[in-house]
Amino acid sequence: MSFYFLFLAGVLLVSAVLVVTLRNIFHCALFLILALLSLALIYFRLGAPFVGVMQLVVYVGAIMILILFAIMLTSRLSHRLQRASNQQVIPAALAVLFFLYFALTVLRRTSFPRNFGGHFDPLLDLGKALLTAYLLPFEVISLILLVALVGAIVLARRD
Amino acid sequence: MDYLIVSLLLFGIGLFGALSRKNAIAILMSIELMLNAVNLNLIVFSKQLMDVSGQIFALFIIAMAAAEVTIGLAIVLNLYRGFQEVDVDRINLLKW
Repeated sequence: MSFYFLFLAGVLLVSAVLVVTLRNIFHCALFLILALLSLALIYFRLGAPFVGVMQLVVYVGAIMILILFAIMLTSRLSHRLQRASNQQVIPAALAVLFFLYFALTVLRRTSFPRNFGGHFDPLLDLGKALLTAYLLPFEVISLILLVALVGAIVLARRD
Repeated sequence: MDYLIVSLLLFGIGLFGALSRKNAIAILMSIELMLNAVNLNLIVFSKQLMDVSGQIFALFIIAMAAAEVTIGLAIVLNLYRGFQEVDVDRINLLKW
């Protein structure tokens, strides 16, 4: 529980709240970039440098560019700023509060197993496991990405 | 434990956004927040149990999120072409 962790968690949660509450959707996307960046720094801190770099490359580099392009293609940003939320704000907030309450209760009553004393190298062992034990899911993911690519082209094609 | 609470709050914020936003792209962004909360959980348990599997599943989830957002945005662009807007409250042809 250091100052650095509190700072990162604060930036993450505040920008996440701004993502779901701001009216201008372009600003929402920019705050989502900030949230993803602070999450990547948390990954680095937790000893997962490869996942942190992938977060930067895939999320901030690719997905957010895609979302920003879609926003610029579909929203008339300079026009009126109408309400960003529907009529279900209060039921949604109640549902989320109930969910958080129950999940926090479960979290407090669970005793998580501690470190078994093992150790792993975050790059070396990750690569080894990815190409031995998890080889089949790895290949299936590449197939899913190919299918998503073809599907996106078919869906967005103008015909 | 602190990280688990942070990821729980992040998931709650994403859930609230997915339930209450009107813009379809904003709903997709809220789903991204929820996926990232799951990823944070996986990384935390990977560190706590000193098992590399959590990081591998986090990588798989990042790839799945890329695929999901690609298809989702293609559908949103198609909706925009048909309806001239992306407000999910007004796109209700399948509702009744």
